[in-house]
Amino acid sequence: MAKFYSVPLGKIVRFAARMRGGGSALPGLFIEKIDPSFVPNTLNKLPKGVVLISGTNGKTTTTKIVVELLESQGLKVFTNPTGSNFVRGVAASLIGEVTLRGKLDADIAVVELDEAHAINFIKQVKPRYCLLLNVMRDQLDRFGEIDRTASLLHEIAINTSGGVIINRDDPRLSTDEFLQFVKAPVRTFGVSQELLRQFPSDDSLKDKSAASNHKTSRINDTSLEKIKESTVEISYENSTKNLKLQLNGIYNLLNAVAAVAVCRMIMETDLDEASMLASLSKVTPAFGRGESISINGQECQLVLVKNPGGFRLGLESFSPEGYATMIAINDNYADGRDMSWLWDVDFDSLQKHGVTEVSGTRAYDMALRLQYEDIAVGHVNPDLKSSLQHFLATTPSRPKRIYCTYTAMMTLRRELGKKTVVKAIS
Amino acid sequence: MTKKNIVILHLYPKDMNIYGDHGNVLVLKKRLMWHGYEPQIIEYNPGDVFPDDVDIILGGGGQDSGQDMIQLDLIKIGQHIKRLAENNVPMLVICGMYQLFGKFFKTQDGTIIRGIGLFDSETIAGSDRMIGNITVQSEQFGDIVGYENHSGQTYLGVGATPLGQVTKGSGNNGQDGTEGAIYKNVIGSYLHGSLLPKNPKIADWIIERAATNRYGSFTPLKIDDSVALLARQHAIKRPR
Repeated sequence: MAKFYSVPLGKIVRFAARMRGGGSALPGLFIEKIDPSFVPNTLNKLPKGVVLISGTNGKTTTTKIVVELLESQGLKVFTNPTGSNFVRGVAASLIGEVTLRGKLDADIAVVELDEAHAINFIKQVKPRYCLLLNVMRDQLDRFGEIDRTASLLHEIAINTSGGVIINRDDPRLSTDEFLQFVKAPVRTFGVSQELLRQFPSDDSLKDKSAASNHKTSRINDTSLEKIKESTVEISYENSTKNLKLQLNGIYNLLNAVAAVAVCRMIMETDLDEASMLASLSKVTPAFGRGESISINGQECQLVLVKNPGGFRLGLESFSPEGYATMIAINDNYADGRDMSWLWDVDFDSLQKHGVTEVSGTRAYDMALRLQYEDIAVGHVNPDLKSSLQHFLATTPSRPKRIYCTYTAMMTLRRELGKKTVVKAIS
Repeated sequence: MTKKNIVILHLYPKDMNIYGDHGNVLVLKKRLMWHGYEPQIIEYNPGDVFPDDVDIILGGGGQDSGQDMIQLDLIKIGQHIKRLAENNVPMLVICGMYQLFGKFFKTQDGTIIRGIGLFDSETIAGSDRMIGNITVQSEQFGDIVGYENHSGQTYLGVGATPLGQVTKGSGNNGQDGTEGAIYKNVIGSYLHGSLLPKNPKIADWIIERAATNRYGSFTPLKIDDSVALLARQHAIKRPR
């Protein structure tokens, strides 16, 4: 039973924190301290349970798509806002959503959590469904090893009751060993043999023979068959759908297929397929995942890069032809302090057009990386604000693309927000 | 004039590659070219035929599972590596490979994983990972800048010389202030980053050793290291 005073008090703290312009951490911390059972009590009451989305790359985009697809099915969906990718963030956003009596007006919750936070979360809330996207090297300064990351996802899978959805092309997720002790039914998503080359797993970072891991598709599988510009072919249950999407970048398209697999599994025979597909064709990228901002009449794309797999997918997804490119690399705690990963990214695609601007606390590490690839660099400046100014001023008539780490993206969005309308991140 | 060939042997790129040590291979390859040599890179994986005619050997860090995969093979080729080391072939081994170039690695549950004993060193698995930016002072190379991420604690015996003394960070074991080991022209170290891009002095020393072994002398060409210098200055100032 929730304590009767914790919700009103939490709401006051949340309001006060917002007035101060603060984020979600403080109210989340407050509610955790005064009523640790608040999150499990609230979420465990939802009629359709909790969907947990985890994995190294693609969580934010996929969560956004899953939410929109479930809403197309007439469900009321609670989700944690992007950027508050931890249990405290879930608590903070719940406080904003519940009634004063502590009831959440939703049918289902879709939460995005990184592997380490997901492990804490499942101690309190057992998910009904989980979607496990991939295991790639990321922030090894936090997780130590990739094998350890895979074992965290395994914990999530065995604690899920209603359905586990995994990436069948990920060499660490599609093994029998990984699925051992998983009680819930398993479904998979993936790409066709033809597309697999464009989706490198981490083992293929250095080894281009990616196709060796390909498993033949299973029954109940959802698969991305073909991509032709913005039109994709998705197949499931022996039928094929052709759809025109607003999403760009091949990795966003795979995330869309993962989201379809989740929606199908949750809705089962109640699935309103036409509404799901109509909703899918309208989904736009999540912030910083190929998101486009208009600045002085020119497009400016932000592409979040956090690890070698993600950076490589980003570079392969977007052609540099015609674009001015900036790269901003920070090494704050949230980005990871180790710069070794930059040496595992293949920057070939930038060779021809070069990089106009390099910035961030580790701008010189990035510039050094490009020097060893013989890629021309226009200007290097660790200070993000003046570097962005310079980038905008020197490329007034060209569309722009900025590859940036997490904290660099937060600063750049704030700076761009001073010049144009940038969607707020709650 | 035909270019002078230099052969780099990259040990176990398939199983020992997750910590970004690939930068070391790339830096040697490029700097060899910039110094007027023709680099040739041979990738060596378990079961391959060990090539005897090599000028430089490189090895990087891997996960415990990667170390398991290569351990038996490494013992098999250990004699070849040691003979090359006695012949003054320069080598650079990082983290997991550095541990296995020592006498043994004792895991958390007490299992002994044998190394090749090129370094007089022993490594014991620790409970806490030593993680963060690290700076090391070496008489030979000056300040060495990098990033460490390991739980193994390495102790050097009387026959081993450390690569340098830690000025910020943990190093070999977090206790005695030493980092890495150097024997003849073989360097072992815990430093990722990758190590060589921000420490071009070490890269050029390896090249100088290799070129002198094969061609009797080495005449460096001018390389613009101004960006590396700035990257070093910024890295040294960053928090642990």
